[in-house]
Amino acid sequence: MTLSAYLALALILFCIGLYGALTKRNTVIVLICIELMLNAVNINFVAFAKYGAHPSVHGHVFALFAIAVAAAEAAVGLAALIAFYRSRKTVHVDEANSLKH
Amino acid sequence: MMNLAWVVPLFPLGSFILLLLFGRRWKQRSAYVGIAATLLSLLWALVVLVDRLGGSTYEANWTWMTIGGVTLTVGISVTALNAWMLALVALVSWLVHVYSQGYMAGDERFSTFYAYLGLFTFAMLGLVLSPNLLQAYIFWELVGLGSFLLIGFYFYKEEAKAAAKKAFIMTRIGDVGFLIGMMLLFWQTHSFDYDDIFRAVGDGTLSPGMTTLAVILIFIGAIGKSGQFPLHTWLPDAMEGPTPVSALIHAATMVAAGVYLVAALFPLYEASHTAMMTVATIGGVTAIFAATIGLVQTDIKRVLAYSTISQLGYMMLALGAGSYVAAIFHLTTHAFFKALLFLAAGSVIHAVRTQNIEEMGGLWRRLPWTAPLFLIGALSISGVPLFAGFFSKDEILAAAWTNGPRLLFWLAVAAALLTSFYMFRLFFLVFSGKARHHEDAHEASASMVAPMFVLGVLSIASGYMQTPWFGSFLGEWLTDGAYRHEAAPGWIAVLATIVSFAGIFLAWLMYGAQKMPRDWLSARVPYVDELLRRHYYIDDIYRLTVVSLVSWISRLLAYVDRFLVEGLARLAAGIVGAAASAGSRGQNGQAQTYGAVTVAGLAILVVIFALTGGYWL
Repeated sequence: MTLSAYLALALILFCIGLYGALTKRNTVIVLICIELMLNAVNINFVAFAKYGAHPSVHGHVFALFAIAVAAAEAAVGLAALIAFYRSRKTVHVDEANSLKH
Repeated sequence: MMNLAWVVPLFPLGSFILLLLFGRRWKQRSAYVGIAATLLSLLWALVVLVDRLGGSTYEANWTWMTIGGVTLTVGISVTALNAWMLALVALVSWLVHVYSQGYMAGDERFSTFYAYLGLFTFAMLGLVLSPNLLQAYIFWELVGLGSFLLIGFYFYKEEAKAAAKKAFIMTRIGDVGFLIGMMLLFWQTHSFDYDDIFRAVGDGTLSPGMTTLAVILIFIGAIGKSGQFPLHTWLPDAMEGPTPVSALIHAATMVAAGVYLVAALFPLYEASHTAMMTVATIGGVTAIFAATIGLVQTDIKRVLAYSTISQLGYMMLALGAGSYVAAIFHLTTHAFFKALLFLAAGSVIHAVRTQNIEEMGGLWRRLPWTAPLFLIGALSISGVPLFAGFFSKDEILAAAWTNGPRLLFWLAVAAALLTSFYMFRLFFLVFSGKARHHEDAHEASASMVAPMFVLGVLSIASGYMQTPWFGSFLGEWLTDGAYRHEAAPGWIAVLATIVSFAGIFLAWLMYGAQKMPRDWLSARVPYVDELLRRHYYIDDIYRLTVVSLVSWISRLLAYVDRFLVEGLARLAAGIVGAAASAGSRGQNGQAQTYGAVTVAGLAILVVIFALTGGYWL
């Protein structure tokens, strides 16, 4: 019962994040939404680590690891965003479309 | 030596290959290669001939391939006929090679010319050594190819190009008949080998109806190659080729191939009365038909071309009348005197640079060698006694009288009259009378005169192989002693003599002494004259019927190709193209769209996975 509640929360967060990442024009919001999805996954890790079929510390470790990677990703993503802004004077993701047919 | 007869055709083949490879470098020296190769061929062929004179038939076969239960063989067969043809072809070819050195001197594609001559000689020598129909057919087609290349040698002239094409296509039409006939024989006897087929006729494996059908089809091939009516029209046009080519192809070798083929299959023809009658009729009709056209031609080579057709008709008539020996005898003498006439005509053309006989005249003194040699050839072809043509033509007339229908005999006599008339019309127009502005006309070089001289001697001497007086050596040898001289009435020889002198006298009256107006015929019956000048409208009829029909069909097919076949191909290409451009429009650079598509795809996979429980693969 408790596991389902955590999973439902993670699912809701993930869907909000996914929706934002696919629809928002502002790249900063998109990055934030990606963070949201990552954190939804982290909730799953921790929830399974505590209430799963084989509770162990692995889930915690993995959650911490994902947080570290997410921090690095956010740094790189923001750096890329700033570089993009400098060259195109915009942060709209739909205008980053030079790579096409 | 007969077991090495297969070497004979290899010399000209070697010359062909060498000249293709090095001809450009050797230029005028190419002639020596060709001459040397054909001389070796000739010597070898003579050795084989001498061997065969004293020996018996040699035949060797090697397996070529086995398909199911059928084994195809290649080989050589040195029968009397083959040994004879081998020497004849090699001799004429060698003389033409020698002659061409002078005639073609200075031509830009001199070495190519010799290469083609080599190829042609190879094909012809191979043909006359073939022991089976399949091999003969292969060489038969090679002969066609060689003639195509040689007739179209001056390919920058439109007429030469057209003539080469015409020769190829018309003989191809005949070849289809040959092919079908060959297949029929194979179907019935399971063998291409001449001997097997003859045996099958003998023991009744081959039904008479089938024999008749097959040999008539094969005869169509011979009609095409030998320029018989109605497939003769390519031969006069083929005069666009260089004159030595006319001498080689249209006198002694290629056109003789048809006669040779019928002679080689003679036991088969003898088995069918209908086929023999067909051969005789076509031959007789062609003889008179071509002779009449020859009367009004104004191109020196075309007169000779029509006389060739006419003489080939004689040979076919002889074959159809059952006289194998007379046909081969006439083939031999004709090869000599017609090659002589063509080479002499070439010498005249070389001297005056025109082929129109109305622009010639008075060349007797200017060409002290060519003129008498031409006269010998003309006397020989006209059948004047003591010349070779007299004996062979006499033999044919005798055969036609004893075995053939009377009508064909009289046609042949009439053709003989016309022959001597048009030959001497040619002679008087070219050599007698006033010289017409050919001040610089002079005799050709020794390399051109010498071959003519040899042929001139042979045009007289070759007749004495088979005479009523000294015995019939050739006939006895060709038929292995089974030959008996036809007991023809003696008046035939007298009649032939009278007829040939009458023709000469008439020609002298009209063109020599000019006691008779030249337009005697055309003034009285202008439509006949017009008919002859237009070659009986045969070409026009072909153009209006066959040619227009075929080109109409091919235009129709061109539309089918353009709109139907090509349309289908375009449709297929268009579908693929449209799909590709639709797909490429999907790559629009919007990362979020990609993400959405990926998520949608993932969702579909998840749904499938959930519904099937993971066992759907």
